Amino acid sequence: MTPLLPTRGAAARPLAPRPTLRDTIDQSFAMAWRALIKMRRNPEQFFDVTLQPLLFTAMFTYIFGGAVAGSTAGYLPIIIPGILAQTTLTACMATGIQLREDMDKGVFDRFKSLPIARIAPLAGSAIADLLRYSIAATLTILVGIAMGYRPGGGILGVGAAWLLTVFAGWALAWVFTWLGTIARSAQAVQGISMMIMFPLSFLSNAFVPTQTMPGWLQTFVSINPVTLVIQAVRDLMNDGAFTANVGWAVLGCSAVVAVFAPLAVRSYGRKM
Amino acid sequence: MTTGPRPAVGSIAVEATALEKQFNNVRAVDGIDLCVRRGQVFGVLGPNGAGKTTMLKMLATLLSIDGGSARIFGIDVAARPHEVRQLVGVTGQYASVDENLTGRENLVLFGRLLGLPRKGAAQTAEELLAAFGLADAADRQIKQFSGGMRRRLDLAASLISRPPLIFLDEPTTGLDPRTRGQMWDTIRQLVRDGATVLLTTQYLDEADQLADRIAVIDRGKKVAEGTPDELKASVGNSTLHVRLEDRTRTADAAALVARVLGEDPVLTPEAGGLNIALADANRAADVLIALRQAELGITTASVRQPSLDEVFLALTGHHTSDADQNEVAR
Ligand SMILES: Nc1ncnc2c1ncn2[C@@H]1O[C@H](COP(=O)(O)OP(=O)(O)OP(=O)(O)O)[C@@H](O)[C@H]1O
Ligand SMILES: [Mg+2]
Repeated sequence: MTPLLPTRGAAARPLAPRPTLRDTIDQSFAMAWRALIKMRRNPEQFFDVTLQPLLFTAMFTYIFGGAVAGSTAGYLPIIIPGILAQTTLTACMATGIQLREDMDKGVFDRFKSLPIARIAPLAGSAIADLLRYSIAATLTILVGIAMGYRPGGGILGVGAAWLLTVFAGWALAWVFTWLGTIARSAQAVQGISMMIMFPLSFLSNAFVPTQTMPGWLQTFVSINPVTLVIQAVRDLMNDGAFTANVGWAVLGCSAVVAVFAPLAVRSYGRKM
Repeated sequence: MTTGPRPAVGSIAVEATALEKQFNNVRAVDGIDLCVRRGQVFGVLGPNGAGKTTMLKMLATLLSIDGGSARIFGIDVAARPHEVRQLVGVTGQYASVDENLTGRENLVLFGRLLGLPRKGAAQTAEELLAAFGLADAADRQIKQFSGGMRRRLDLAASLISRPPLIFLDEPTTGLDPRTRGQMWDTIRQLVRDGATVLLTTQYLDEADQLADRIAVIDRGKKVAEGTPDELKASVGNSTLHVRLEDRTRTADAAALVARVLGEDPVLTPEAGGLNIALADANRAADVLIALRQAELGITTASVRQPSLDEVFLALTGHHTSDADQNEVAR
């Protein structure tokens, strides 16, 4: 009978006191591979990043276009960056919910029992979700172009805007990841995430100019990282200009990461 | 066998002292001492809610240890969890594999996580799938696996790193008798290959079949420990179960049995039935003949090993079902 214990294995080596950085990176990518397989098997995971850009761009442009900007064509430079931010925000909301669902599954017990870096499952899903943000950003831009949007920023401006959007999605996802690690259930994450997502996306300059809002609201809108990102994306896409707004957006997103990534990692570590 | 990661030498695989775990107001594990020698199969026997899973999870670093201490091959579990994880393969009570992945993908994933190179992970997966009779189902998602296939894959996943110590939490609960027998063979072979196995079970016959040593736990406490023979001797080697045609004559039958065996047997009269613990299975014939001569008709008679319930009754003075009720009351 063939031996059950495999002949190849983690070849006889002394015990490692802790995972090295190299191990951690390899393990994170193995986890990302797993997440990508799951995405391929459950294409409905992509509904939010595929259908939403299509629907929202068409809907908002035809409904608000005339009222806000005088014409649908004139509205596109305003709305496309807005939809870009909103879609990415929705995509990173799903990150938290999926992490929570994942943590409640049996396979997580195995991850916990393996000698791997505790952060690897979290890092893996963060890497894989970059794909979702990329799809969301690419589709939104394509839909805009199909509807007649001609970004003045050219290839470089659009490319930079795309990159900024993906980075912003990754950064803001840490807020939802943190929620995912502290909430009791996936439903709870969903509920709380909605309550955070709506103010973040609507209390911004995404869809309408902010001049007519009351002062206190303008204050919130102006420090909302989503506003910063949208402003920066507009500058990049429409003018191809690397303005101060771009710097503020990167800074704002980095601040979100600086606050929420450690929080998420810590509360996740307690469960892992 | 040369094992994978090499623990410090020593003959003790698991050593736990006064292990404790508190969940809110439930003391799930309440001061358990355990010593498992290298190469042994150690069985932890206990009813639902006894604390088996909790204890195993603490030893496997899946739960924090609230009190006491545990060492795996001399390495402190609480202080050096990463090293302990390199020495232990854990197969939990519920399959811990990814439902969305195929059998092969699961094994490759775990192999990669354990630091195998791409090719090595693929080859190990292949070997394990073949060894566990899962080669045909290798490319099916776990969602479509039967319970028995899941269990086998779960065990296979625990062996990727060739751990010298393997934890199995109720490895055969819910399996049909044939699959159960196969699982037993697998466990025996692991031990032949040089592994140490710590398993939990609710079945005395399973512990008897597999374990060199058994600890019986109840409500978080160890109530007995010994070899299977020692444990069974404490309750009689076998039990004769008879059911009377006329249940009103149970008391007469009990008195007769006591006379025949020369000592008071442990009787559990239930609906006209008698459970008679026998030190020697051959005495069953004497009892049956005596019943016949006294014209106490029976409808069924069977000789079997004492059940967990009977072991419990003998060791703790209460039935396993009482343990459940107490668990609720606690
Ligand atoms: N996460 C938890 N939170 C609160 N109580 C728990 C938790 N896990 C276990 N318990 C309680 O601890 C006690 C022991 O549970 P455990 O799962 O260890 O028993 P077991 O012996 O494995 O039982 P079974 O045979 O049903 O698997 C039970 O009373 C259970 O209700
Ligand atoms: Mg259990």
